[in-house]
This record gives sequence, C-alpha cells and structure tokens, in this order.
Amino acid sequence: MQWEAVIGLEVHVQLSTKSKIFSGASPAFGGAPNTQACPVDLGLPGVLPVLNAEAVRMAVMFGLAIGAEIHPYSVFDRKNYFYPDLPKGYQISQFAHPIVGPGTIDVQMENGETITVGITRAHLEEDAGKSLHTSYPGMTGIDLNRTGTPLLEVVTDPDLRSPEQAVAYFKQLHALVRYLKICDGNLAEGSMRCDANVSVRPLGAEELGERSEIKNINSFRFVEKAITFEIERQIDILESGGKVQRDTRLYDSDLNETRSMRTKELSDDYRYFPDPDLLPVHLTPEFIAEVKSSLPELPEARKTRFTTELKLSDYDATWLTGDPEVADYFEAVLATTDDAKLTANWIMGDASAALHRDDLEWIDCPVPATELGRLIVRIKDNTLSSKLAKTVFEALWAGEGTADEIIEARGLRQLSDSGALGDIIEKIILDNPHQVAQYRAGKNKVLGFFVGRVMKATQGKANPGRVNELLLELLGSWGQSKGAE
Amino acid sequence: MNEFASIGELARGLRRGDYSSVELVRHYLARIQNNASLNTFISVTEDEALIAAAKADQTLQRGKAGPLTGIPLAHKDIFCTQGIATTCGSRILENWIAPYDATVVARLASAGAVLLGKTNMDEFAMGSSNENSYFGAVLNPWDNSRVPGGSSGGSAAAVAAGLIPIATGTDTGGSIRQPAAFCGVSGIKPTYGRVSRYGMAAFASSLDQAGVIGHDAQDLAVVLSLMSGLDPRDSTSSDHVDSWLESVAESGLQPIDEGLSIGLPGEYFKDLGEGATLLEAAAKELESAGCRLTEISLPHTDAAIPAYYIIAGAEASTNLSRYDGVHFGYRCENPKSLQDLYQRSRSEGFGTEVKRRILTGTYALSVGYFDAYYLKAQKLRRLIQQDFLAAFEQVDLIIAPTTPGVAFHTGDLTGDPVAMYQQDIFTIPASLAGLPALSLPCGFSNGLPIGMQLIGAHFSERQLLETSALYQQRTDWHQHHPEVA
Repeated sequence: MQWEAVIGLEVHVQLSTKSKIFSGASPAFGGAPNTQACPVDLGLPGVLPVLNAEAVRMAVMFGLAIGAEIHPYSVFDRKNYFYPDLPKGYQISQFAHPIVGPGTIDVQMENGETITVGITRAHLEEDAGKSLHTSYPGMTGIDLNRTGTPLLEVVTDPDLRSPEQAVAYFKQLHALVRYLKICDGNLAEGSMRCDANVSVRPLGAEELGERSEIKNINSFRFVEKAITFEIERQIDILESGGKVQRDTRLYDSDLNETRSMRTKELSDDYRYFPDPDLLPVHLTPEFIAEVKSSLPELPEARKTRFTTELKLSDYDATWLTGDPEVADYFEAVLATTDDAKLTANWIMGDASAALHRDDLEWIDCPVPATELGRLIVRIKDNTLSSKLAKTVFEALWAGEGTADEIIEARGLRQLSDSGALGDIIEKIILDNPHQVAQYRAGKNKVLGFFVGRVMKATQGKANPGRVNELLLELLGSWGQSKGAE
Repeated sequence: MNEFASIGELARGLRRGDYSSVELVRHYLARIQNNASLNTFISVTEDEALIAAAKADQTLQRGKAGPLTGIPLAHKDIFCTQGIATTCGSRILENWIAPYDATVVARLASAGAVLLGKTNMDEFAMGSSNENSYFGAVLNPWDNSRVPGGSSGGSAAAVAAGLIPIATGTDTGGSIRQPAAFCGVSGIKPTYGRVSRYGMAAFASSLDQAGVIGHDAQDLAVVLSLMSGLDPRDSTSSDHVDSWLESVAESGLQPIDEGLSIGLPGEYFKDLGEGATLLEAAAKELESAGCRLTEISLPHTDAAIPAYYIIAGAEASTNLSRYDGVHFGYRCENPKSLQDLYQRSRSEGFGTEVKRRILTGTYALSVGYFDAYYLKAQKLRRLIQQDFLAAFEQVDLIIAPTTPGVAFHTGDLTGDPVAMYQQDIFTIPASLAGLPALSLPCGFSNGLPIGMQLIGAHFSERQLLETSALYQQRTDWHQHHPEVA
C-alpha cells in the first residue's frame, strides 16, 4: 500500500524582548542558574504578572507578516499542571482567544515547487524553567532563568506531507522571524523549538490516522530525521497489522529514533481559564496599522526584488535572502560594487566558505562590506586578477588593512600595460624557439605553455586576458615577420 | 494614654509631644503582650518597630510628620513584609520570609506608620470565623467564647481590643466587613482595583481587595488614602484618579452635607431578627440627618453564595498551586517520589477548609464541568453586578446588614461548611460586583456588636466614608469598647 504522511508543526519562537513576558528580569541565554529569576518568575506569594508590550508588538508583527487575522481582543489563560520547573503550578498562555488568527506561509521547495502552509494560530505564552537531570546524581536541579521568557507558539494546519516539506517550512519560519527581528533564531540555544504532530494514512484517504507528537526538536536536521523515523515507524506498525497509539514522543538524536514519553489515552485536563491577574488585550486598528507600517521588507519581497531589479537567478536570490544578515551584507557590498552577479559570487563563494571554515556568523564577518566591495571594484577595473583577489581577500580576513593598502603593500597590482608585458613576452618567445615552431605548425595547445611562462615571470600579476591578446598578436606577427625574411 | 484613641488623636498627641512614637509603640506592644490570649497576632516585630518608631520621632522633631508618622499599625499576615515571616495563617508558609514588601506595606511604611506585627487570619483568607488558622483561633474580645469573624479576624479583634489603633485586612467575600461587624469596629473594602494587590498572597484574584479596619471612618479614610492608587505592578489596579482621596489624609474627612438617597434592599432584611431593628434605627438616624430612604430590590442576591464559592474556589485552586513543596514553604519529610512530595507536602501543609476549596475549585474548572459551574457562575456574577448598577440608577448608597446575626460561638459552625458559608450572604454580593462597601458598628444585641453595611457605586468611597462620618458624628456606637486587660 502507498502511504501518505500528514504533518503539523508547533514551533515555539522565543521572542527577543529585553525583559520577560510578565516580569522585568532579563531573558538572556546562558546566565548562571537562577540568577535571572525575580520574585515574579519564582511565583512567590503575592506576585503578579504584568504584560510586556514589546511581546505583544512582536506577535502582531508576525501575524501581519503572514497576512493573518490580528484579533483585537485576546485573553491570557492559565494552563494548570504540576511540574518542578513550573513554579506557579500553571503556565500563562492563550487558549480560547489567541492574539494571531489564521494565516499562511508560502514555502519554496528545492525542486522549485511552492507549497502554502496554513497557520492555524499563533499565541503568546511564558516559557517554563529547566530541569537539570544530569548535573546532580540522584537529584534534579532546577534553573528558573528561562521561566517567563516570552514565546510565540506558531501552530500549522496539518498541511505538510513530507519531512522535506516540514524542514523547508521550519527554515522559512526561521528566516521570517529573523527578518522581523523578533527572534535571534539561535536553534542551539533553544530559541526555536519544534513539536511535530505526525500521522500516516493510505494515500488518497480522507480520514487522518492516529498521530503522535514528537516534542522539542531543536535543529533543522533533527526535524527531518525525527519525522522520517516516525513516519517509517508508523508505517511499519500499520503494515504489520498494528494500530498506532496516540502518544507523546521524544527524539533521541544519538540513536536516531523517537521514544514514547507518555501515552495519551485520555487527554490531559489543563483546566484552562482566563487568568484573573491579567486584563484582556485590546488592540486598536490604529495600533495594528502603526505596526504594519513599521514592518521591514520580508524575505519573499526581497527575493523578488533581487530577481527583478538585480537580475539575479532564482537560485542566487533564494540563497542570499534566506538569512537577513546575508542579504544585508550582500546589499552593503553591492552599494560599493554596483555588480550584483559578481558580488553574489563572492558572497556565496569565498566569503561563505571562509565563514564556514572559521565557524563564524555573518554578523561576525571580519571583512567589512565596504572592503569586499573595494576588492570587487579592483577586479572589475583590472587592477586585480581573480587569482590574486583571493590573496587580497585572505589578507582582508586577517585584518591586514584595506583592499587598496594590501594591493599596494604586497605589490599585487595586475600587469596590463602592453609595453611592459610585451617586452616580457618577446623575451619568452625568443627563449623558446622549439615551442614557437610547434605553435606555428598549428599546435595551438602550446599557447598555454607561453601563458604559464608569462605568469611565472610576472609572479602571477599579469592580466591573463591581456597576456592572451599579446601572445596571439606577437606569436602571429613574429612568425609572419620572420617568415618574410 | 487612651488605647482606643483614633489615629487622628494619636497624631495630634505625637505632634504636641504628649508622647513619642517610641512610647506609643511600647504602650501598644505591652497591650499586645498582655492580651496574647486573644491570639490576634501571629508575629510581633518589637525590634523593628522600635527602630521605625525612633526614626518617626526624628521626623516628628524635624516637623516633617505626615498624618501616619509614628502611628502603630498591624498588617494582616497575608501581606508580604520583607525580612518578616508572612504565613497566611498556614503551616505551608510557617517559616517563609518574604524577600520583598507588598505595595500596601511599602506605601504605609513610607508614610511613616510603624509596623508592630502581623495579625492572625483564616488560612489563606478562607473562613468566616478565624478558626481556620494554623496558628490557632482568635478570640472575640467582647466574648472570648465567640469568634471574631474572619478572615481578617486578628486585625478586627486587635483593633477592637485596643491592641493596635489601625490594621490592614483583605476582603474577598466579606473578610474585612464581617469581622469588623463581629468585633464592633469600622472596616472598609474599597472598590476592586483601588488598592494594589501586589504582595498580597492571592486567594481569589478577581475578588481580593485590601482594606482597613479602625475605630472610625476618619481613620479608614486616612489610611486608605495613603495605601491606594495605581500600581504598575498590578495590572488590575485602577488608574482612577480621585483628588478627594489624595488629599483627605491631610484635609480630614468631612461629614456629608448633601441629602443622599439611600436604598434598603428588601432581600437583605428578611429573617433578620433584632438586627433589623438596629439597622432600621440607623437608617432613621441618617434620614433625620437629611438622607432619603428608598426600598429597592436586588433580585439575584440568592445566587451570590453559590456563584462566589465556584469562582473563588476556581481561582484559589490554581493560585495555591505554587505551594507545592518544591521551591519554598513546607515540604514533607523523605518524599519517595515527585508525586509523593506534591501529595504529602500539600496534604500536610494545608488545612481542611483550604483543601475543601481547592478540591471544589479544581472540580469546577475540569473538562465537562467548566460550563456548568465556572461559566454559569460568571453569568450569575454579571446578573448580580447588573442588579447593583440598576439600583445605583435609583439611589446613591445602599444600607444593608453586614452579617445575619451577632458573632457565633467558637466551634458552632465548624462542622457545617455550608452554614458557615451562609454567614457571608450579605457581604458577598458587593464583592462579586467589585463595589466599595464598609461596615460600621450600629448597636448591640445581648452585649454583642452589630454591624451596618454601606455599599456604594464603583469608586464612591467618598460618599461612603462621608456618610459614615455623618453617622458617627450623631452616634457613639463606634466608641463602645470591650473590657480587656
């Protein structure tokens, strides 16, 4: 039988506000345990939550960016359950009235196909703390620094049909929230955590199969692997005549498998009800319009601009706009070079490779955009050969000065002057009569020998195009003039 | 020194130099000690009080004293006080010391009031008799075999016995007014949102409101004016500006001179016994002072108790989830598992009434019962609010009994929670509607005080207090005091 996977994702996007969603404490990652938790985060008797307006604004930005309905009235509810890293015994979330209603995200697949993923809703909530099971043998440590960190939970419709689609969606969402600057997108630090609902059904069936939920997947690769594993596991069960149990699973990246955490024979009763400590959120049309007018250019619009105005290929435009920092860097270099294709090649080629080699982010790129721009300008005006440009790039990377300073200091200026080059070429022709004879006998391949000799004689600084021209000219005229004697 | 002096008199004595704040504080501390058998205080903060009094004396000497400078004060033990135990009358917080001050505590401290200690209360403010305190029952100073009312029974009994001139309380369904009535003192529950709830351990967040218990309306006005006002740390605190309230502490409370229209709701006066006669006399007194009396109807009064116990229980069930033995407060010995830790810490840490309300509240919020209980109770709450709104179209104030009768005997109702809940029948409706209400002594039945309740429209504290001042100018019920050591 042919099976079809049905996948929905719930992604917890950590909003990059300065303070937590209901307290003034810092949500920054990496502090010593329990140093960034104030009485409100600790849930001490008497404390009260106060909603962070910036978190609301970011949620509205997201909703507007995906063309979703922004609910003018939304409510914070308490989701009640006991867990040691949940100090109040409830999480403040939005249940019946989320801030962002239905919308869509278009996702371009590698094969060029575009899929439209329905977004059911996006709601604001507070994060819980962390339980540390390994640091204290026989005990559990609790770190409440993360408690109260603002999250936007983005829930898709069950619209995804393959692990590849799921990853492509997750990447698109990642790009979008980084464009909006509402999330740092740092997956390793848990800034975006994905829960995947996976089920399979016979291809063509209407009815959905029983699903399992894989919790807390925190990398693109693991999303793909975990879903792939889960689809195969469910198909194996169904093909051997079994039934898929509804459950909650964890993905173990070491073993590349999902494991059941708990079965959900009955759904948990979280006893949701409106949090009486918080007023409903009322958003005015003026506020929503003001947020809308402040939205930055989004990835799709930027990509379209790159293909239409800059005449870049679809591939290049997709590559460059996937990460707003790359696109910003590209545009900053382009401002100097005014050559989109050459600039794109350098960014996608040498710059990207060097960053990857040194394990750096674009924002940490040691070569200022203006200097990469000057370097490219020097290629265009024939001051630099492409080969020596790589040398200059490495020197820029090492911080040896500006592009022009490096070219001068290292004497890398390209030789294009026909007088100087002509003298060198004439001497090489004179010194190699055998090869001249071969060339004249019609063996054109020997031209490469001469080019190599010229490059060697000029330490690579000769302009290769100019060398070719002069060689053809001189070898030809040499033969003619000598032959006439 | 007159231990029943109003704070106005005490402030004049301090300014005249009749006594210092240190002498005043020593006097009341001695009275608290001599009447320890009333069990009105959970903790007495003698050392801190003497330091604060010495500081107040310096302020007095510099001529910078405000109306509360150097005046002894007690807080109900539900307000967080930095460095001083805050127990909420519960074993679960027996040894818990708050790391911060409640807004009410901070405001009154900065007004110069001297904290003498924390008063006894029903556990987590759940009770109408002060028999639900882990620290033992409070005795009614008028008759030690009777209850002082609750939950702010310690505050009311301490003021009545002249152990403290003024004390804070909290009122969720009558917890200031009912003990004030039983103890023959004055007590006000302000409009919901008038006073910040920050730092007040929550019982039922949508109903809890801090207030004051004292000897007369003048004292209530002074303290209320210094503790109320918008608090950015409480989203439900009101930004209502009331210039009268802001200045009343300095300018003093004037008896009202316009003839108000006062409503007597028929539903509150049936089956009232001797109380009805006293209340009618009180109403006549106001009539002869120029007020007009009108019979009104509040038809949904009967729905108040069931609605209240659903809503308050529901909110309490989750507000009290934080007392789980993990982060602070009581933890059972040798927990065998996480589940065991939760179950035994809470079973051993909470008293019977608290557990009863957590259970009923949890039930009311559960899937399958939510609509039938919680939502229905919210609908009834709106009907009760509408009753009052309609009544205040007709009249300026409402006169009602505070309690169905005089203080009952200790132990009489402990076996019958429903009969105990009926004690709150006249105080709960104003709580559900978020209205300001106060109780004044209006006579005695068999030597036990009876309270008259005045209920006003939202933010009508001025009318309530000025009408009270008018009544207390013409009567001396508030100047009757029990005989104590």
